[in-house]
Amino acid sequence: MADTILKELTLKIWRQKDAKSKGEFKEYKVHNISTGTSFLEMLDILNEQLVEQNQEPVAFDHDCREGICGTCSLFIDGRAHGPDDDVTTCQLHMRRFKEGATITIEPWRCGAFPVIKDLIVDRKAYDKILQAGGYVSVSTGGVPDANAIPISNDNAEEAMDAAACIGCGACAATCKNSSAMLFVAAKVSQLALLPQGKVEAARRAKAMVAKMDELGFGNCTNTGACEMECPKSISIAHIARLNREFLKAKLKD
Amino acid sequence: MSNFWTSSIGKKVVMSLSGLFLISFLCVHLTLNLFLIFDNSGELFNVGANFMATNPVIKIVEPILALGFIIHIIWASVLTLQNQKARPVKYNQRNQSQNATWASRNMYILGAMVLIFLVIHLYNFWWNIKFPSLGTPLTEAVVGGVEMEDTYALVAGLFKSSIVYCLLYIAGGILVGLHITHGFWSAFQSIGFSNDIWRKRLEWLAYFFAIVFAVGFSIIPLYFLLGLGN
Repeated sequence: MADTILKELTLKIWRQKDAKSKGEFKEYKVHNISTGTSFLEMLDILNEQLVEQNQEPVAFDHDCREGICGTCSLFIDGRAHGPDDDVTTCQLHMRRFKEGATITIEPWRCGAFPVIKDLIVDRKAYDKILQAGGYVSVSTGGVPDANAIPISNDNAEEAMDAAACIGCGACAATCKNSSAMLFVAAKVSQLALLPQGKVEAARRAKAMVAKMDELGFGNCTNTGACEMECPKSISIAHIARLNREFLKAKLKD
Repeated sequence: MSNFWTSSIGKKVVMSLSGLFLISFLCVHLTLNLFLIFDNSGELFNVGANFMATNPVIKIVEPILALGFIIHIIWASVLTLQNQKARPVKYNQRNQSQNATWASRNMYILGAMVLIFLVIHLYNFWWNIKFPSLGTPLTEAVVGGVEMEDTYALVAGLFKSSIVYCLLYIAGGILVGLHITHGFWSAFQSIGFSNDIWRKRLEWLAYFFAIVFAVGFSIIPLYFLLGLGN
């Protein structure tokens, strides 16, 4: 498909000076955007325009720009990572938008992810949940032989699917309850499926759920919105496994 | 089990188990209700209602059932309040229809509407049967030599006398059905009984139960509305 040019787009962007300031929406126009431009490149073009006009550029998170780091965010036209399924914002292209469209861009809205500036939110809450138990404790020593521990192909595949989580925060951002269950489930599931992680499975499930609750994320009501918006299409079957792991762990207490 | 009941998953387990308990009650309730349309003399329904009113097991289950409703409602309110608080600043634009079913996003509203229906429903029947001196006194019926309250006359009388009540009861059935399209499979997900294969089966079962309850409960007022009842 040959790229065409979008002559004019209106961007309705959330601007907020810092965490303490009250933010507001501001409208900007961008012109002559190629449909092959990525969404973040379009914002780069806007920012160049703003710098030339001596205005403060729009602050937004980005890093790898190839969908693997989980840094970019943005709630675009009412959906996390924009209108495409299974992609991060950096993988979204302007061909998804029509000539003359008004695009609303908001930061993640979640009590546990406070806005730092404009479209950037503080996602340390996810790091804190990971620190609570999202790891395997190992005694250092020689590197074990790769095939020393047998792992069934099904488990390896499922663990890998869960491990695809890049921690972008779209699940909690899109959930009507601001629940972080898909993130926590992916981490708990990934490790609980493998023999190395099974040893600490009970402690991990309890510690990570307790941290998640403490940080003020909401309660999961199984709407499945997280799964639909997850750029890595992580299944809510992992949430069922987290529930199982948590129940098992608590019953043993 | 320390902190289990106060954890987010623990609270969801309470919702799940109380919900499944209420669904099992609805199964019994619907079975008895269908007696209304299978016997126009009303004898079948009167015998069924009399059995429920006099059976000692039912007498024990009745307060447990009330407790089930109360727990389900209180926990839902606590969870919903917490979920509201978890997003202090709302989105300006949301496109939720793209990623979740309407029923799953509006369970509390659906539940609240079912509760309003339940209050009216209890007033219509339960109140009149339990406290006949305070409401409309029931007539007596004799079936097979046993004297019992003519509950058939009470139900049939209500539906025959008022189109509004008929429509209200049809709406009640549909609301319960909608609530169950999400509630049934979600209950299993919350207790961890689901995976990618079982989720499809449970969702299918959820729609099955939803249709059975919606159609089953609505068909009774419709039956009387169409003038087919005695």
